[in-house]
Amino acid sequence: GHIGGDLSVTDILVTLFGAVLEVDPERPDLPERDRFVLSKGHCAAALYATLARCGFFPREELVTFMAPLSMLNGHPDRKKVPGVETNTGPLGHGFPVAVGAALAAALQGASWRTVVVLGDGELQEGSNWEAAMTAAHYELARITAVVDRNRLQQGARTEETKRLEPLGDKWRAFGWELREVDGHDHLALLEAFAASSTGKPVAIIANTVKGKGVSFIEDRVEWHHKVPSTEQVRIALEELAR
Amino acid sequence: MTRRTPAAQTHDCRKAFAEELIAVAREDERIVAVCNDSVGSSNLVGFRQEFPDRLVNVGIAEQDLVGVGAGLANGGMIPFVSAAAPFLTGRALEQIKADAAYSDVPVVLCGQSPGMAYGELGPTHHSIEDLSWTRAIDNLRVLVPADPVQTRAAVRWAVDNPGPLYLRVPRFKVPEVTPEDAVLEPGRAVQLADGDDVTVIAVGTMVSRALEAAERLRGEGLGVRVLNMPFVDPLDEEAVLAAARETGGIVTVEEAITTGGLGAAVASLVAQHHPVPMRILGVTGFAPTGSASFLLDHFGLNAGGVAAAARSVLEHARA
Repeated sequence: GHIGGDLSVTDILVTLFGAVLEVDPERPDLPERDRFVLSKGHCAAALYATLARCGFFPREELVTFMAPLSMLNGHPDRKKVPGVETNTGPLGHGFPVAVGAALAAALQGASWRTVVVLGDGELQEGSNWEAAMTAAHYELARITAVVDRNRLQQGARTEETKRLEPLGDKWRAFGWELREVDGHDHLALLEAFAASSTGKPVAIIANTVKGKGVSFIEDRVEWHHKVPSTEQVRIALEELAR
Repeated sequence: MTRRTPAAQTHDCRKAFAEELIAVAREDERIVAVCNDSVGSSNLVGFRQEFPDRLVNVGIAEQDLVGVGAGLANGGMIPFVSAAAPFLTGRALEQIKADAAYSDVPVVLCGQSPGMAYGELGPTHHSIEDLSWTRAIDNLRVLVPADPVQTRAAVRWAVDNPGPLYLRVPRFKVPEVTPEDAVLEPGRAVQLADGDDVTVIAVGTMVSRALEAAERLRGEGLGVRVLNMPFVDPLDEEAVLAAARETGGIVTVEEAITTGGLGAAVASLVAQHHPVPMRILGVTGFAPTGSASFLLDHFGLNAGGVAAAARSVLEHARA
């Protein structure tokens, strides 16, 4: 798995599934459901934990994560996991798909909303900016793009790799309404998920800490996809329980 | 089955595509066209006039094009994603794989002006690799109509059978070859001529040329079975193996590179189940400068080339 990014995005996912998205775990294919796309598909573990907690599938399934023949692949598969809208994993894919879903709602005059969560490093993929232009051009006020701004990517800090700043200016220049919040503050996130006030699509830069909640993982580049030892898991669970 | 004699008149399949798309859009409001600044080259001007709100133009952005198409399908629409074949398949191949095929959504990917239709514009604008690339992707059907009749049937088939589909719309002008009563379905070839000596299996722009070759060979006393294989994936395995058993050998012909398209598919099947001599005709590399017509002749993709390959197969079979 990708434990650092899982821990940075968890508060965003919990806020969305707990208090924002109108989805029904009993009927995950309802045409009028809100659409949620995890564009940073490598953080499937955080999504699976959230979906299971919300009742999309039994929590006992979680122990099969990445085991042979498990429905819980290292990257999400919508054919196997209820609540998954599109199969992500390669970066820069989820955002255009989310824009298409938001466009479908607009064409049908439907009221459901679309939320996509992007990694910050992922924004180095050009396809995201193609999608950002499309959403702004079609004035898709009912799409929200959340950037999990943990400032780290696989190999180094984003700003050392290929800098993203000034990131807020980029979103504004692409025609989006920008909000910037602490991505671990549920109430601040909730407020940021309010409807667009300008008729433009809404981008939320959620400032987060990669590996949030576990002292030896927090803000450490090597924990992008490192696997913890049994002892480290014990310590991590203790710290997270506090 | 009765076969039409190829008429002298030739047609551009894009017009049939555009007209049929408008016809199905009148019947089903879920149908949208999605393009990349290709309203003109995809012949979508008429569609835009009639359904201005249902033409989505993402600009020159092919990755976004296919991703947005997949999202529209997720949102309950039936998107016909239409772009020049080289850019649709080359630039957006990973979106075709992950967002359409692996995610299993009903996106109709319409590759316009495929093969060497762009002639003198050169190999950057030729789409000879598309059949190899798309055939390698699981859960993606590959449909190559041969003429306007089959193009219309293909558009209708795509609406009636939702799922990931690559529809390669020929541009090079071809005569009508498909009988009006021919059935279009996956894994089913259309037999256009029968004979015991050799089989020619053709797709798209090459079908009329295969028929012309069969006529010439008939004049030499050779019986030629001609199969049109509109679905390159899934292939009509039964028809291919019957041809291997019942005739002396097989020639395949396609306006595409020979590494992974129709010929490779047929060869894989024949080699594993009933080996017979084969010749695989197609494009063998980046083309030199020339018109589409010139380039087809340059690569031997004409009646003479097909006839020569058929004779060569028979010599091999009889040796």
